[in-house]
Amino acid sequence: MSAKNVRKKIQYPLEDRIYYAVVNTILVIFTLAILFPLINIVAASFSSPTAVATSRVVLWPVDFSLEGYRAVFSNPYVLTGYRNTIFYTALGTTINVSITLVAAYPLSRKDLPYRGFFMFLFTFTMFFSGGLIPTYLLVNSLQMVGTIWAILLPGALSVYNMILVRTFMQSSIPTDLLEAAQIDGCSDLRFFFTMVLPLSKAVIAVITLYYAVGHWNAYFDAMIYLNRKETYPLQIILRDILIANQISSNDIVDDAILAGKQGMADLLKYSLIIVSSLPIICMYPFVQKYFVKGVMIGSIKG
Amino acid sequence: MNNKAISNASASVAVHKISSWKRVRRCWQLYLLLFLPVVYLLIFKYYPMFGVQIAFRDFSPTRGIWGSEWVGFENFIKFFKSYMFERTVVNTIRISLYGLAANFPLAILLALFINSVRNLAFKKAVQLITYIPHFISTVVLVGMIFQILSPVTGMYGSIYRMFFGEGLPTDILGKPGAFIHLYVWSGIWQGLGWSTIIYIAALSSVDPELHEAAEIDGASRFKRILHIDLPTILPTASIMLILNAGSIMSVGFEKIYLMQNNLNLRTSEVISTYVYKVGLAAGKSDYSYASAIGLFNSVINCGLLVLVNSVTKRLGETSLW
Repeated sequence: MSAKNVRKKIQYPLEDRIYYAVVNTILVIFTLAILFPLINIVAASFSSPTAVATSRVVLWPVDFSLEGYRAVFSNPYVLTGYRNTIFYTALGTTINVSITLVAAYPLSRKDLPYRGFFMFLFTFTMFFSGGLIPTYLLVNSLQMVGTIWAILLPGALSVYNMILVRTFMQSSIPTDLLEAAQIDGCSDLRFFFTMVLPLSKAVIAVITLYYAVGHWNAYFDAMIYLNRKETYPLQIILRDILIANQISSNDIVDDAILAGKQGMADLLKYSLIIVSSLPIICMYPFVQKYFVKGVMIGSIKG
Repeated sequence: MNNKAISNASASVAVHKISSWKRVRRCWQLYLLLFLPVVYLLIFKYYPMFGVQIAFRDFSPTRGIWGSEWVGFENFIKFFKSYMFERTVVNTIRISLYGLAANFPLAILLALFINSVRNLAFKKAVQLITYIPHFISTVVLVGMIFQILSPVTGMYGSIYRMFFGEGLPTDILGKPGAFIHLYVWSGIWQGLGWSTIIYIAALSSVDPELHEAAEIDGASRFKRILHIDLPTILPTASIMLILNAGSIMSVGFEKIYLMQNNLNLRTSEVISTYVYKVGLAAGKSDYSYASAIGLFNSVINCGLLVLVNSVTKRLGETSLW
């Protein structure tokens, strides 16, 4: 009761009330503009093929059906793509995170001799690169084209993420701790494994998520380096179906009518969008704060 | 307690007195950690930088990078003279300038708005929702654009028929002039919420007492944003501007490539997609020519970044390094 009274008593000046009314309206409109396309895709994915073909779906499923999802899960390429992506993401992220951590710690140590030289070696690659063709020729001459290594190794380290971790280690691991450990005879390696890593859990979570989302969403390396359909990650399968429209009529078995087939093809696309983004959507509310944290650490000038 | 540990502890004090070889040897475990990343860099980042010399050669696979015939700037001149030079450079600059002009002020504005919201639950909801599209993959985003904007089956078509009864709206996916707008505004849909984070972080450093004092003096919310919040995020904003201006010539490959079709190539072909098509996608790959175009692009990128940084350094305090 009393809280209500207090709220009534505070009377913002007219100018402020107009400001808040305008700002809140703008924010509501913007948020709805973000949500509308997402809701439309979800609604369409749960509709029937004919409803999609005749475009009656806007923000709510029309003739609710799960046929789109049945088609997605009976498509063999989608399943192998899904499996491949999970494999590439797990293995790739493990490699990424390990190599990022072992690079970041020595460079975070102010007493490392020639630290400036090594930092330059890393940061220079952010500004200049050999480019697509020389990298492709290298991967080709290493006999990695067509193998899983072509999509795991060339991008094994993101210098941006390495700097993120280094900045974190510099600012949050006190030098007193290192000195105390050294007096007790602790080696650098032991200090790294028993002190630095446990103290860097937060930033490890951040880069793990960054790398994992990167692997899940990547298609370019797979497009240029992989050449067998059984090894394609999900994004390449998605590209073939969603964008290049390579969906053979064999993939759709049940429908006899052509119009139904067209609707089925579109419905499959809607459902596929949802299925492929599902892991990220499910994880998102729980890990959002880590992503935001990453941006914040990144904004500290190191 | 052994001697090594004691000398380690005093290392930071006496660093300049010890010979550098001793300092290196004392840190051998740190170098051991650094070994793998450096090997990675040398192989996958620095070796291709030497490989870029094929831009100055007439590459033949049988003779390799070092054995192919040296042709000097021939590949570059061929690119500068071709009609694709003007088209790709103009498209690249147009697309990134338009993106920058739309994205940069809107992100700041949105951050200021979100920051000024009083209702905490509403603020959290706006942030949670507007960050979502950032995590959608490029393939899915482009797929969504195609699905939603389809005149026959998409939401675009159904909303058109809601207002105009029957018929089909114009197919904007096939219009060359619409490409740049589709590209930039879908990018804003995907990234604007996310790009506010860095400004909101900067705004959290504003001392609330400043706002209270100004409020007591009768400053309206709008005035306080103008005179307190905006000056606070100005350094962050100028760093973001440097970063963006430095990458004007490096517009992202992935989304443009997926959005291209035969009808919009005139406005959608940029340098990076052209390099890919000449070098890897064409039936008869011209590695040397593609490398030359790519190298031309990298050199400009690098130069732009250094230039913009030195300009802002001279004008004010903020710089990248």
